[in-house]
Amino acid sequence: MATTERSTGLRAPGEPLPPGATPVSKRGFWAWLNKRLPISEFVSTQLTGYYAPKNFNIWYFFGSLALLVLVIQLVTGIFLAMFYKPSAAHAFDSVQYIMREVDWGWLIRYIHSTGASAFFIVIYLHMFRGLMYGSYREPRELLWVIGMLVYLALMAEAFMGYVLPWGNMSFWGAQVIVNIFGTVPAIGPGLVQWIRGDYGIADATLNRFFALHVAAVPIILLLLVMLHLIALRQTGSNNPDGIEIKEHKGANGKPLDGIPFHPYYTVKDIFGVGVFFIIFALIVFYIPTVHGLFLEQPNWEPANPLSTPAEIHPVWYFTPYYAILRAVPNKGIGALLLLLALVSLIVLPWLDRSPVKSIRYKGWISRLMLAVFVISFIGLGYLGLQPAEGIYVILARIFAVCYFAFFWLMPFYSRIDRVKPVPERVVYHAH
Amino acid sequence: MPINAPLRKLPALLLAAALVSGAVGATRALAADEAPADSDWQSWTANANVTDMASLQRGARDFTAYCLGCHSLKYERWSRLAQDLKIPKALLVKDLIPPGETPTGYIISPMIESDAEKWFGKAPPDLSLMARARGTDYLYQYLKTFYVDSSRATGANNLAFPQTAMPDIVASLEGLKTAVYKGQVFDHFKQIAPGSMTPQQFDQFAHDLVNFLDYVGDPERAMRHAMGVWVVLFLLVFTWLAWLLKREFWKDVK
Repeated sequence: MATTERSTGLRAPGEPLPPGATPVSKRGFWAWLNKRLPISEFVSTQLTGYYAPKNFNIWYFFGSLALLVLVIQLVTGIFLAMFYKPSAAHAFDSVQYIMREVDWGWLIRYIHSTGASAFFIVIYLHMFRGLMYGSYREPRELLWVIGMLVYLALMAEAFMGYVLPWGNMSFWGAQVIVNIFGTVPAIGPGLVQWIRGDYGIADATLNRFFALHVAAVPIILLLLVMLHLIALRQTGSNNPDGIEIKEHKGANGKPLDGIPFHPYYTVKDIFGVGVFFIIFALIVFYIPTVHGLFLEQPNWEPANPLSTPAEIHPVWYFTPYYAILRAVPNKGIGALLLLLALVSLIVLPWLDRSPVKSIRYKGWISRLMLAVFVISFIGLGYLGLQPAEGIYVILARIFAVCYFAFFWLMPFYSRIDRVKPVPERVVYHAH
Repeated sequence: MPINAPLRKLPALLLAAALVSGAVGATRALAADEAPADSDWQSWTANANVTDMASLQRGARDFTAYCLGCHSLKYERWSRLAQDLKIPKALLVKDLIPPGETPTGYIISPMIESDAEKWFGKAPPDLSLMARARGTDYLYQYLKTFYVDSSRATGANNLAFPQTAMPDIVASLEGLKTAVYKGQVFDHFKQIAPGSMTPQQFDQFAHDLVNFLDYVGDPERAMRHAMGVWVVLFLLVFTWLAWLLKREFWKDVK
């Protein structure tokens, strides 16, 4: 009997498996794969088993959108690098070649140039969300700091990318920004020369900025983004009420006010992506230059060391800091203030002493200061695009003082501000 | 504050965004027929419209006749020009392309750069991207504000670009004019010799030329605008479906 079965290789239904055999359900490619790579485990711990607060509002779209823009920039960047020539003699021509002769080159280039600005728009909104709802507060201080490092890496990436088309604004913008490093005491002039690789912004500068823009900084950026996400998974997301959902768990050990990230937030984020893409497409197809804001007019002329554009300023996403830099007559102090403006953001978690996290339950002083900060930041951004003269300089000084007041007075006003009672559970209205 | 309230308004926002795309095209079409005063030259507008094919074709013809002698369009090919501007190939070869050039070649001026530097002090700039770099209105104002100035080596000066190295090559069309000042302020032009064109014809000439340069600066634009409508329509449908899907899933969330 046993010998016949063995010869056909068949087993009667219901007959128990021989010792050591694997059941069919655990065989097959999927099981094979998961035994070697924890895909199912990843999905169940990071997506279907990751509980996010159910009361996310519109401000919570921008994290996933930032990730989307990162992917857009990587993909379009790879295709641009296939045709772009990183040399002072050919860079400008090669961009025009991409725009005019490469199939869909104009689309790839406009997506990349629009993506650069879109990146900063979503990142600024993402950061503002953090400011509003206290997402930087304990236990998420490191999450915030890593996020700020992402922001700094993004600034480096954007600056070097901006130099690559080798237009006249690329050239003179690079000149101004690289010269900021010249204010470093003692080593300044040598440092500037070391960055440029030449006595002026030149072929060597362009070539190394290309290497940094397409390889070094993107790798750092990806690593930091990964760390940002790992830190987020460790602490869990904050929410508009600034309440820890982990403090109220159900019988199953899951937060009562949490819902699985997948499918609830994946499906919601797809909708957010749709809205984002509509706005993005309107810009790419109808106003890719955004009237000189995303792609500046002087950059349609090739780099010319003998002719400065009428007004030199960096692209809009750097102008708040540029306005702070120019607000003081002394270059060294201006550069120091610029550095302090960035450091202020990084150390924010240790400046806020309010007993509550979210702006919803903070008092009027905190609300007023946040409003003042937003107006100052946008105001500085506008002033950075204007010539540094007359009323513009005075306004830039006022806004710069407001910018710093928001951060450095926070240890005081956040403590004395009268806060509202925070509810036990998150506020959510089903819809 | 009801959470997610802004989301309910999003479909309306999307519709508004779609309308913007139409409005962007519409505002460009505004035309100004009245003749503005000379002293207002800084507010003269080119009213460039790259969908006006007849104007672009005239601009291409005028460019080859009056500009190509000195200025190149080094990023644009003759064949591309003919294709975009719907110029038959026979006509292109017969009337536009200089002898010895091929239709697949770039639009390059026959002038030798070292000669140009000797004659004008600097080589005439390539005009491929001039409309994007300086704006169409500037080009229009530049073409229309030449005046006689005996202190210049070329005998001509310009209001939009003072001390320009370019001679007044449109004088044969527009005629000669001098600039009359009230004190230090420019007041009006005085015609001192007639050209072959009436003022209206010359305005049309300048408009066509600027329009053509606007096209050369961004040859994909007409195609981009036509394609954008379909992309946005697709995205509107996609986003609407995503919204329905989201609503369906979120019914469970109490």
